Parts: sequence; structure tokens; C-alpha cells
Amino acid sequence: MPAMTMVQAINNALREEMRRDDRVVVLGEDVGRNGGVFRCTEGLLDEFPERVFDTPLAEGGIIGTAIGMALYGLRPVPEIQFMDFIYPGFDQIVSEAAKMRYRSGGQFTVPMTIRTPFGGGIRGGHYHSQSTEAYFCHTPGLKVVVPSTPKEAKGLLTSSIRDPDPVLFLEPKKLYRSSREEVPEGEITVPLGQAAVRRPGKDVTLIAYGYMAQVCIDAATKAAEKGVEAEVIDLRTLVPLDEPTILASVKKTGRAVVVYEAPRTGGYGAEISAILAEKAIEYLRGPIVRVTGFDTPFPYTLEDVYLPNADRVLSAIDKVMAF
Amino acid sequence: MVDALRVIRDDGSTDPRLDPKFSEDEAIAMYRGMSLQRILDNRMLALQRQGRIGFYGPSLGQEAAIVGAAMAMGPEDWIVPQYREPGAALVRGMPLKELLCQLMGNAEDPVKGHQMPCHYVYRKGNYLSISSPVGTQLPHAVGIGWAMKLRGEKKAVLVFFGDGATSTGDFHAAMNFAGVFRTPTVFLCNNNQWAISVPVAKQTAAATLAEKANAYGFDGIRVDGMDALAVYRATRDAARNAREGLGPMMVEAVTYRIGPHSSSDDPSRYRDEAEVAAWQARDPLLRFRRYLEHAGWWDDAREARLEQEIGDEITRAVQEAERIPPPAVETIFADVYAEMPPHLREEMDAFLALPRR
Repeated sequence: MPAMTMVQAINNALREEMRRDDRVVVLGEDVGRNGGVFRCTEGLLDEFPERVFDTPLAEGGIIGTAIGMALYGLRPVPEIQFMDFIYPGFDQIVSEAAKMRYRSGGQFTVPMTIRTPFGGGIRGGHYHSQSTEAYFCHTPGLKVVVPSTPKEAKGLLTSSIRDPDPVLFLEPKKLYRSSREEVPEGEITVPLGQAAVRRPGKDVTLIAYGYMAQVCIDAATKAAEKGVEAEVIDLRTLVPLDEPTILASVKKTGRAVVVYEAPRTGGYGAEISAILAEKAIEYLRGPIVRVTGFDTPFPYTLEDVYLPNADRVLSAIDKVMAF
Repeated sequence: MVDALRVIRDDGSTDPRLDPKFSEDEAIAMYRGMSLQRILDNRMLALQRQGRIGFYGPSLGQEAAIVGAAMAMGPEDWIVPQYREPGAALVRGMPLKELLCQLMGNAEDPVKGHQMPCHYVYRKGNYLSISSPVGTQLPHAVGIGWAMKLRGEKKAVLVFFGDGATSTGDFHAAMNFAGVFRTPTVFLCNNNQWAISVPVAKQTAAATLAEKANAYGFDGIRVDGMDALAVYRATRDAARNAREGLGPMMVEAVTYRIGPHSSSDDPSRYRDEAEVAAWQARDPLLRFRRYLEHAGWWDDAREARLEQEIGDEITRAVQEAERIPPPAVETIFADVYAEMPPHLREEMDAFLALPRR
């Protein structure tokens, strides 16, 4: 079993799914000859010259034409080069793709997976670093998926491509090449809508996704040195959310820390906090605490200060453990 | 009008180089399609004023530019509408009763009351669902055509849009992608002179809309949009070329929105009655009737019979549709995803469990 980075695993998933299903088409800026600016589509043009397209530089056109392909029965996988560039296509995602099934009474559907790198950690300044998943999680009809390991990136991407509804597949750039993992060749899938317990624990639940799941594992490791057993839940799919896994954990530990790198106000973690407050408040021994990015644009020089790290999560653990 | 393709002359004769050479049945079918849209519009505006439907967007004046184009497409082709083309949906076989159910948003509305009136959809006729934002359908038509091409199928897509849509980013993206990837897309612009209250001269400084196609590397043609045969001929040829792999084409049908933008609009606030009257004199139905009469296929008796027949059909459809109750409340939650996710089921169940007041 080869050890792969997340980039390689994504490439592998695309390649295998394109081999299995000739309806799968890849399109976007620089995805063909150049193999994508992060190389996720490297070599696909050579193997599938009829199904990989370098498009003009227009995100609305990329998403809009991919919607048309999906309406006709293809399984397009458009790439938006950075999530920060997605807004020219925002209207097409939220007003068209996400609403097509509802507005046509199921007569027309958009089985499309939009891949886009998101999040900080590569010194990209605010136009190559943001995590704006909350805008999209607020849109019924759309699914939002975030992998955090190479193997699961393959499984989740394969499931997304096969899903009958539009999926926004957010790839944490900080994890693109940060580690390798054994990734099986051949078909693997991870069902959408299921969170993973990354590390069991009895004292406090840490809830995160993407790169922040890794930060939480690091924080849990450090907390264990002080005798605090933190349970780490990686959501993997933001919409639809796996509520039972979160609730079961928080009911067990009685404490919750929600970690996301986006600005605090109105972030997706606020929804998690609200769900815990509504459905598990009688189990809570302390407040639900959020560890997040700041309510500022994403800074360049002080990126590492902006991004939540294990120490900030540890401070939050200390705070909730004091109750 | 300058430099616009015309087929039907003022006396009802046709330009022999461009005449599509319809049989009597074909010609009458086209006239029927236009008449149906005209009579439907007048009846629906009246129903809206009586409060029996919530909203309506009429196509008065644009019958030739809508029905003429729709009839130029083959059954395997696709039509991507804007929102002013019920006549095209009916050409594609949408039953009148189903259309009425959509206008009323009742339990037999195929979209379960999810959309406001005039947002028709008809999958069986390859007639795409409509959204209200202007121009967003244009890239879809390019993607659909692209998919046809990738599959090696000889089909084409007709996309309707208006003069206002040519100002949008989606228009630019769609035309550009269509040009680069040579998709079999026919861009049918209904230039009806007005985007609600803004005249076309304030949408663009270009002399024509058709010439915009040149900048994307394909041809645009301007046709008299009050002449159904001219619209038909241009659209048919464009679709034929598209199916043969010659790429996209834009057809600008120069027409006029004689009625209001919608039942919520009062055009007297922004335009001159004299202008409306001048265009009314070029009524596309009168023009087509002169053509039928010139060919010896039409007279007052036939006209009266057709009006009666269409009027009765609409009355029946209205009566049937009005008997149907509103959709069940559960339908609010239907068709969001292929499978209802747990959080949505929970919301639905919690709502249904509330005491009814």
C-alpha cells in the first residue's frame, strides 16, 4: 500500500473515479497541462484528454457550465483554484446548483463536486487562506465536506463524486503535503454525514474539522500529559452534520470545545455550539468554549498567531476543566 | 428597422430566399402556438387581478420571438428558458393544466409550490427549470451543449435571455466558454427594448446586441423579432449548424415588450404610450395572419374557431386547477436533497408534532 500525501490521494481518487465512470469530467483553471497549482490533477489530462479541461479564467463560468454538464447527466468535478476566488461563482452555487432539485420538484439535479483548497497555513495572505465554509453551510441543498487525512480525502472525494447532490469539497491546504498515510489502491469510500472519533477521551470533547482536527489531536496529546483525557471529533462532513456522534461524546464528557480557523462571529462552530446548548445543556458541566480565528481579515505576516494552535486549545481545555 | 432579417413582407407574401416553406399544417401550428400564448397571457393577467393567481409575467408582443424559436428546435434538443416563455413550454408539450397548477402552486404543481408563478419546468420536453436572477441560465446552456458534444451526440441547446441579461457577468462567461469550447448552443436574445424600466440604450453603448458575438469568435445575427418565420429560420439554421459541430451562434430577435414587466409593474411610470402604439402596429400575430391569408390558409371563421377553441381549453384547465388543494405542509421539506438528511427530518417531525392552532 503506497504512502501518499493528501494531494496524491486526491489525484488518485480522481484518476480511479475517472477510470470507473466516463461521466466524470474535470475542469478549472490550470487543471490540465499544469496539473493544478497544487498538482491535485497532475497527469489526468494525459490519461483522459477528452475529459480534462483548462478553462478560461472565470469562476462563474466554471461552476455555471459544470452545472449544465451535471444537468445533462455528467459528473463534473470543477476546481476553484482557491476558496478565496470562489465568489464570482457564488451565485451559481447557492442560487442555481443548490436549488435546482427543490425548484424543479426533482426533475433536474446537479450531481457536481466542487473541489477547492481552503484555510490558512501556506503564507498566502487573505486571498489564499480564508475558511468561508459558513456561507455555504447556510445554503440548503448543498453538502459541505472537509477531509483531514490522505486516506479519508480519497474516500470522501469518491463518495462526493458519486453523491446525487452538489458537494463543496474543501481541501485543507495546510494538510496537502504535511504528512503521508497508507492509502489503498482501488475503491475506498467514506460515507458523507459521518464524523470520526480521532481519539477517545472522557474529560472533554474537542470538535473540529480540516487542519483544526490535527491541531486538536496535538492539543489532546499535550492535555494527556497533564492527566486530562480529551476526546477529539473530526466532523468530516459539515452538512449534513453527524449530530449523534457529537451529542454522545458531549453527554459523556460534559465539556465541549469547538475549534475552527474561520472568524469567530457566525462561524460554523457557532452552529455546533447552539446544537449542544439546545440538546445537551443538562449534561454540561461548564460553558461551551470556542477557539477560532479572529474577526479580522486573514493576516499575512502574523498568520501563525491568527490560526488557532494546540496551546490556545489547551487554554480552552483548562478553562472548561476548571468548572 | 435596420439590418434585421425579415421573411414575411407587409402584404403577407414572403421572401422566397428565406421562406422555410411550411405546409399548411405547420404554418397553422405555429400560429396556434402564438395565439395560445397571447390568449393565455390576457387570461392570466385577468386572473391575477382577480387574486386567483399571485403573480404573472406576460409575453405580449414577443410571441414570434418565443414560439418561432422554440418550434425551430428538434425534440432531442434542449431549451433553457429565461422566464417569459410559457409559449415555448407549451410547444415542448407541457400540458396546459400542469402549467396552470404551477401558476397556482397547488398540490399537482410539479414543483409542489416551491416556486412563484411563471417558473415553469418540463423535464419530458427537455425544458429546464427557471430561476429569477437574470442571465444565470446562460452558462448552464453552454454546459449542456458541452456535455452533448462530449458524448458525441448531434443535438443543440436553445437558451432564451433578454437585452438586460447581456450586461451580466454570466452572459460574458457563457459566450466566452461557448466560443472557446465550440459548444452547440444557440443564444436567443429577446431584445424587447426594456429591462423593467431601463431601455436597451442604457444597457449597452453597442449599436446592436448581436455584434457582441463577434468578440467571442462566433456569429451573431439580428432578426425581426415580430416575424415568426424570420426567427424560426435563423434559429433553425443556427441549431442545424450547431448540431453539425460548427459551434455556437447568437440570434438577436428585435422585439418589444408590449405589456408590463410583470403583474407588479406599471410601465406608464417610465415609457411613452406612443412608443408602445408604434410597436403594437407591428403585432407579430397580425403579421403572421397576413401570411396565412396570403397563402389562402386563413379567414375570419377559422380565426373565430381557433379563439373559441383556445379559450375553452384555458377555461377547462383553470377550472380543473382551481379545484386542486394546496400542497401538504410536508412538501416544504421535499426535494432539498435526494435523501432527506437527519437534521431536516428532525425539523419536519418537530414541526408536524406542534399543536395545530
